[in-house]
Amino acid sequence: MSSTVFLALQANDDTRHVIDAIMADNPAASLDPQPAMVRITAPGTLVVRRETIEELVGRDFDLQELHVNMISLSGRVDETDDIFTLSWDR
Amino acid sequence: MDMPVTKKKKLGLKERYALMTRGLGWEPSYQPIDDIFPMDRFEGIKIHDWDAWEDPFRLTMDAYWKYQAEKERKLYAIVDAFAQSNGHLTLSDARYINTVKLFVNGFAPLEYMSHRGFAHIGRQFRDVGPRVACMMQSLDEMRHSQTQIHAISNYNRYYSGMAEFRHHHDYLPYLQVPKSFFEDAATGGPFEFIVAIGFAFEYVLTNLVFVPFISGAAYNGDMGAMTFGFSAQSDEARHMTLGLEVIKFVLEQDPVNVPIVQKWLNKWTWRGVRLLTLVAMMQDYMLPKRVMSWAEAWEIYFEENCGALFRDLARYGIVMPPCVEQIRLERDHLSHIAWCHFYQARGTSDFHVWLPSKEDMDWLSAKYPDTFDRYYRPRYEYWAKCEAEGKPFEATAVPMQCQVCQIPMMFTEPGDPLTLCQRHADYKGEQYHFCSDHCRDIFEDEPEKFIQSKIAGHEVFKGNAFRPGTDPTAEGFNPAAEALAFFRIEHGRDNGLHNGSTDERNFALWRGLAKAND
Amino acid sequence: MQMDLRTVTIAPQRQTYGHVARHIGGDKPASRYQEGTIGLQTTGNQHYRPLWDPAHDYFDESRTKLKMADWYAFRDPRQYYYGSYVLARARQQEAAEAAFDFVETRGLADALPDDIRALALDLILPLRHVAWGASMNNDFIAAYGYGTGITQPALYYAMDQLGIAQFDTRLGLLLAEPEALDAAKEAWLHDVRWQSLRRLVEDLFVEQDWFELFVAQDLVLDGLLYPLVFQTIVDGDLAQRGGAAVAMVTQFQNEWAAETRKWVDAQIKAACADDAGNAALIGQWIAKWTPRAAAALCPLAEMGLGDRSAAVMDELCAALDARAARAGVRA
Repeated sequence: MSSTVFLALQANDDTRHVIDAIMADNPAASLDPQPAMVRITAPGTLVVRRETIEELVGRDFDLQELHVNMISLSGRVDETDDIFTLSWDR
Repeated sequence: MDMPVTKKKKLGLKERYALMTRGLGWEPSYQPIDDIFPMDRFEGIKIHDWDAWEDPFRLTMDAYWKYQAEKERKLYAIVDAFAQSNGHLTLSDARYINTVKLFVNGFAPLEYMSHRGFAHIGRQFRDVGPRVACMMQSLDEMRHSQTQIHAISNYNRYYSGMAEFRHHHDYLPYLQVPKSFFEDAATGGPFEFIVAIGFAFEYVLTNLVFVPFISGAAYNGDMGAMTFGFSAQSDEARHMTLGLEVIKFVLEQDPVNVPIVQKWLNKWTWRGVRLLTLVAMMQDYMLPKRVMSWAEAWEIYFEENCGALFRDLARYGIVMPPCVEQIRLERDHLSHIAWCHFYQARGTSDFHVWLPSKEDMDWLSAKYPDTFDRYYRPRYEYWAKCEAEGKPFEATAVPMQCQVCQIPMMFTEPGDPLTLCQRHADYKGEQYHFCSDHCRDIFEDEPEKFIQSKIAGHEVFKGNAFRPGTDPTAEGFNPAAEALAFFRIEHGRDNGLHNGSTDERNFALWRGLAKAND
Repeated sequence: MQMDLRTVTIAPQRQTYGHVARHIGGDKPASRYQEGTIGLQTTGNQHYRPLWDPAHDYFDESRTKLKMADWYAFRDPRQYYYGSYVLARARQQEAAEAAFDFVETRGLADALPDDIRALALDLILPLRHVAWGASMNNDFIAAYGYGTGITQPALYYAMDQLGIAQFDTRLGLLLAEPEALDAAKEAWLHDVRWQSLRRLVEDLFVEQDWFELFVAQDLVLDGLLYPLVFQTIVDGDLAQRGGAAVAMVTQFQNEWAAETRKWVDAQIKAACADDAGNAALIGQWIAKWTPRAAAALCPLAEMGLGDRSAAVMDELCAALDARAARAGVRA
């Protein structure tokens, strides 16, 4: 059985493009808007790609900038320069 | 001038971070390593290969300072604006302020304890990787304690029950529940601490605290608390990752670790949920505009979320803590039992209570269809009648408390909501009392620890709850009044009913001034 | 609900928290530093003795021989609470980042004379281990010290030293390949010039009196090390011998040392003023650790200063004694 992972981000001007990028890169993900925040859930795995965000924001983006607006998560984290992955699969 | 630039190897994040942290350590030779790190073995956890530790997140200090400064700038701008514009007068209702009181009294000192606890284990693990992660968490926890104190500072200027939060946390009976919880964790070994706080609390239970308090703040117009809540949570994501990594790492190191970790998970899930009784009550009774019920939050954040987690841990032989069965049975009772208790024992609290209104009770009936009307509504209706007759019911006796969680023995038998639950154990010729099988099990595993519990009621009877110089043999000595004076509860101002309180009056007066034209 | 909120004057019931008011001499507005520091650590009703140290309470005044009537006499002259601390460091790291960028994009590292580059690597890279030791020792003070007045800035010191160890590492990666870090660790572990210093650092790891550790690490060892290496050798000598790029990327270390020295001195002064016995006790600790630290740093001074090393070490020790005397220490 594949468990759900989630990432909750503050909803503000900094995260708008990040959220769009995540939704574009994760077709199975679903977006759950809540007061002042969004919760993105996905079965098994969720990825955040630097490249996709950079295309949308039009500047260099360091994935660690995510830390400023991240509220909560579920799943194991794997972090490189290019990709931030949440996953229960191995 | 153009200079030839040597092209250097480009290091990836993981490689670079390893050089910046674990690369700093070395094998000592002038002092025995067990003398340098004397505390990470006695609990029986076996670690064979510290190199298998995976850093849960990879922030070097320069990036940490940069991002945290950005968060702090945003946060304090909002805290300042909220205070300068008398933001407290835009709250949904004056009753909301009591959740702020609960927060500063119950939680801000825990954040501080967490800061010290992580500083302690950040010195004790013999590998650099976990030490760095723990030190960084220690620093974050200092942040949380201070941002809470600062955001609540302006409430304290106008309302009661917050000015003595530090003393209240140390001595007030109900606050010994959170205080002893954290001290229990911190006085355990480093691995128990990190399983208790890093995993059971930060990972398993943090969302249950976060959703009620922060969404509750947002729903009730408390911008300041909402902002520090969100801002703190951005650190929690890192802390949760650390908690999860610790568990995985420890379980993978040696099979002997599995039963030890399972025992801690059982203990700390139960201790954590007992502590969250305060949150359940806040959520169902203290928020004038409610977000979701405790039962709903439990379903989403424990059953769904932690279900996934425990399925993941099953590969190591870890099972869902058995206490979860009882927690499910208590789910629809917890907040009602607690609020009934605080209503009756309102003389020794530092926040105000009230009876739920007709609308409140209808909401509770809808959220708790199996329990509220049957067991709790009649009580509230009876107490409302007493209040209407000018004879409000109040319990002034010192309640019997559980030796482990220190909550008054107010819970009912699992599955039998009309029978009070009490358990007992004898140890070295003394009898001890418990609220549940699970608290008794925790006691029996570590009796030498829990016989030390300073049970608030006992402390009063032992004479430890009087100010220095008090003479109990003096003419007209009033022990209850003296204990309140020692607790620094200003009787009639900090405690009692919300209706008719100074806070209620001031809020109405000030809000009237704010809305009137002259 | 939308409310047109006029500015109204409503009277506060009090200005600050009770425990803060009692300490600052009455109910008056308190700073964020004061509200976030004074009395924050519990002082009473601790429930359980630690399994890892049953002889003490979790928070216990007797973990040091120092005696204080008022543990909150330890004040931070910089008034750092978390927010002001990270804001200050973020500004400094931005400057450091700009310096690294400047040196890197202009190829200034490649333009360094070989002997300067070699000296910078030999001298500064092993110091990242010393900084990590200082970080551990200050984390010890933050964990087992008494009262937020001193434990809070001790944690900031611990994190600063981790940051410095990382800046030292970045300097290595700027001037050389990652293998240079291995060579530096090899020197730290086996090169005879580093062994007295390593022995000192490891001996401090087992020191149990946290205030003695503060004196030995923050006042004595770092009080000699930073003026010697970063101020005298790097900023003074290397900069004049074509090594300005090295001085640029170690600017954080120098600024940090100048700033933090004021905090260290203020703690010593507060301790000496609070209890008559403290001045002599701290004097003994200084006398115990200074000769060891000075001897351990001599090989570093020789690496950087050659013949002048003995004279410079004497000056630095004299300056340290003068600092201590100004703070009220009895020699």
